[in-house]
Amino acid sequence: MAKARKIVKSVTIVADKCNGCRACEVICSAFHAAPRYSSNNPARSRIRIVREPLRDIYLPVYAGEYTQSECTGRDKYIIDGKEYSECDFCRASCPSRDLFKEPDSGLPLKCDMCEDTPPLAKPKCVEWCLNDALIYEEREEEVDVEEVRLGDVEIGIESLIDKYGLQQVLDTVARRVKP
Amino acid sequence: MRYGETGFDLEIDLSRGGIDRVASDPELTRLFLGGLGTNAKILWDRVPPETEPFSEDNLLIFGTGLLCGTPAPGCNRTVVSTISPQTRLMAYSMMGGFWAPELKYAGFDRVIIRGRSPELVYLWIHNDKVEIRDASHLRGLGAIESAERLRKELKEPNAQVASIGMAGENRVFYASIEQGRSSASRGGIGAVMGDKGLKAIVVRGTRDLNVARPAEFLDLCDGVLKYIKHREENPIQGVPPILAGLGSPQEMRIVDEQWHTTSFMWGNSRTRRKDFWTHEIEEKWRETQENVRTRLISCYNCPMKCGATISVPGLPTYMMKCYSKLTYTMAAFSDLDFGFRIAQRATEYGVDGFSAPQVMAFALELLEAGILTDEDFPGMPPDVEGRFFWLLDRIVRREGIGDALADGTYWAARRIGKGAEAYDHNTIKKHEQLPLKLGMLNPVYYLMYSTGEKINITQIEGQFPQEPFATREAREEFVKDWIQVPDDKFKKYYVDWEPRGEMSNPYYPTVEASCDIVDWMEKMHYVDDALGMCAGLSSFPLKPPYHIHNYPDFISAATGMDFDKDALWQSATRTRTLIRAFNVRRGMRRSDDRPPDDHWKKRFPDLEAQLLDGYYKLKGFNRDGIPTLESLHALGLDDVAEDLEQRGIYRHGQS
Ligand code: SF4
Ligand code: SF4
Ligand code: SF4
Repeated sequence: MAKARKIVKSVTIVADKCNGCRACEVICSAFHAAPRYSSNNPARSRIRIVREPLRDIYLPVYAGEYTQSECTGRDKYIIDGKEYSECDFCRASCPSRDLFKEPDSGLPLKCDMCEDTPPLAKPKCVEWCLNDALIYEEREEEVDVEEVRLGDVEIGIESLIDKYGLQQVLDTVARRVKP
Repeated sequence: MRYGETGFDLEIDLSRGGIDRVASDPELTRLFLGGLGTNAKILWDRVPPETEPFSEDNLLIFGTGLLCGTPAPGCNRTVVSTISPQTRLMAYSMMGGFWAPELKYAGFDRVIIRGRSPELVYLWIHNDKVEIRDASHLRGLGAIESAERLRKELKEPNAQVASIGMAGENRVFYASIEQGRSSASRGGIGAVMGDKGLKAIVVRGTRDLNVARPAEFLDLCDGVLKYIKHREENPIQGVPPILAGLGSPQEMRIVDEQWHTTSFMWGNSRTRRKDFWTHEIEEKWRETQENVRTRLISCYNCPMKCGATISVPGLPTYMMKCYSKLTYTMAAFSDLDFGFRIAQRATEYGVDGFSAPQVMAFALELLEAGILTDEDFPGMPPDVEGRFFWLLDRIVRREGIGDALADGTYWAARRIGKGAEAYDHNTIKKHEQLPLKLGMLNPVYYLMYSTGEKINITQIEGQFPQEPFATREAREEFVKDWIQVPDDKFKKYYVDWEPRGEMSNPYYPTVEASCDIVDWMEKMHYVDDALGMCAGLSSFPLKPPYHIHNYPDFISAATGMDFDKDALWQSATRTRTLIRAFNVRRGMRRSDDRPPDDHWKKRFPDLEAQLLDGYYKLKGFNRDGIPTLESLHALGLDDVAEDLEQRGIYRHGQS
């Protein structure tokens, strides 16, 4: 496979420093509103805080890939005496839960690291987390050339195809396209 | 489309089981903004003065602030308004946490509750879907316990719950509404909720909230975050740690309690212990606090951490904020460990952390004085900690002596009689106050205590330093970056203020300056309460990020309605005047505008009368403390003017 130099963006999540404020959810959903910042809705955020104060669970999780089917197993983790479900750490937009889906259409959401032109100095969620629970780093790495990156619409369509089959999606699109 | 707000109210009639989604009038937003302002307007229009607090006709309004749910940092307040069973005036109570933004995302600006349900019920709001559901299985359960149960039953871990405990169910006059991290505790609003048969309101919202001018609004938010960072890195020098930073008082973070424990009173606001704070106590209290405090936590969309999760070994976990860690401790002459233990039970029962401990200390004083006897306390343990737990258990059940005590010190004293009235020495307008007893009259505080209709000093004071710095140079330094003042005259008031001599309390700040200072401080609180902003980032601390100069831009960019400083000031004045009119219509007069008699040792009746006259004049009230017809008309409150006139509230020739 071909190699290329690439900027790898990563966020270190210092869950111990999270105070559960959900500012990251507010600003992520506002940034992705169209027009930008015109609305906000944490239920659309691509970062979510798994937050259970009475059990002292504060876990910022980023939206990752859409998955067609849920995992068969459901393991549990016990860390520092606190029990987590493995789903708590999972980034997937998965049929087993509401997380990382558009609340109205159910289409999957995925963190895009706030891609923008010109690029932002840091992702919005990191900038708005004044508690340093989210720490941003960029480094250059040699990587395999990536397959074509999917935009939001493509990810959405892919999930619809997975769910309803290609033909039904095509038929629906055809119906929607007015002659 | 509406911006900043959703434009819809949720009207609930618990007597008939009615649920209505009602579009609100944008004109109300222009006049009253939202939050407390709009709540007050609704109460004025719909709750006539004969209305009993515990009646189907009393409304219980959960109002969100105008900017709640927008990205404005720290804007998360729910203002709960009703008629207080304790003061019988408009109750002012408010909570932070996560509830108000969730309601906005569900598509509502406020929930207006009337009537009374024959069975215990809860309200479940899930976007458009609203249901009144049976809550009989939650009867007697703790407020936090109930919230957890409801989240599990509904399988909605992200729902926000406002609930009452046993105190609310049994109509204790100082019952609170709890919401996990926060509570609305003052004025007995939990008792009104209990009277309505409403155990909880559960909300989940997943809709968008719009702002009118997005880029501009975001710039303003970024500016506030930047300023918060700056203030965190540059605490105010020369003041106790508790006053140096932003946020609510940082009681959960700070261990150094010298200031509170040596300046505030212990017991039934009785004893000052100037030498209490020692190195050993500091070490012991540090250990206690660090052992039980799991994490510092915030409210919705706020970088501060004013609350904490508290896990006392052997007790269920709960969350705490602010000063309640000391109110029980000091009322019982006990220690911090006791404070954390009893606050757990008190939170589940849902009682106000100011009033409850004072009522219990009051009861023990009556026992000591022989006004109450051992027969009134059958089976009460001998140790003071045990006694407090015993009393708390009786109060929330209204059992035995607990029944009278559940009405608060003012009403309990009158029910008990035999001279008990003299022990009710720390209430204003029948409502328990912070336990402070001081020497020299402070004119600014005199006015705030006397006239504040929230009847709670922390919701009126702020911004202007409580004391002058020792030297003129230090004061000049302080005012250099004081951008928050509405007018430069406030800098002069402060620089000229001396700790001793002619230019000090009680004659300086002068009557005029004192009135101006109070006007500024309380006005900012009224603005915060309308917008839903946390006072901890605005009206309460010194040099806050939000102030009269940037607020109009926030409101304009969020709502698309153009607001300038004068319009905002006028809106706050309108709300303040309307609340006064509402309470006047319920019988409040100048004679009620007074601090507890023993609040200061050195009193100055002539000066105090001048202060009150000056304040009334500035506010557009007559000498009885009633808003004049002229000032009501100037604020567009013509219907209020007409109503007061028709009711014959103005004495002859005295409008
Ligand atoms: S902004 Fe930071 S502290 Fe707040 S919830 Fe997100 S990760 Fe946690
Ligand atoms: S990096 Fe950007 S897209 Fe990803 S969660 Fe943070 S704000 Fe959202
Ligand atoms: S400053 Fe404190 S009390 Fe105020 S909103 Fe922030 S965390 Fe809550």
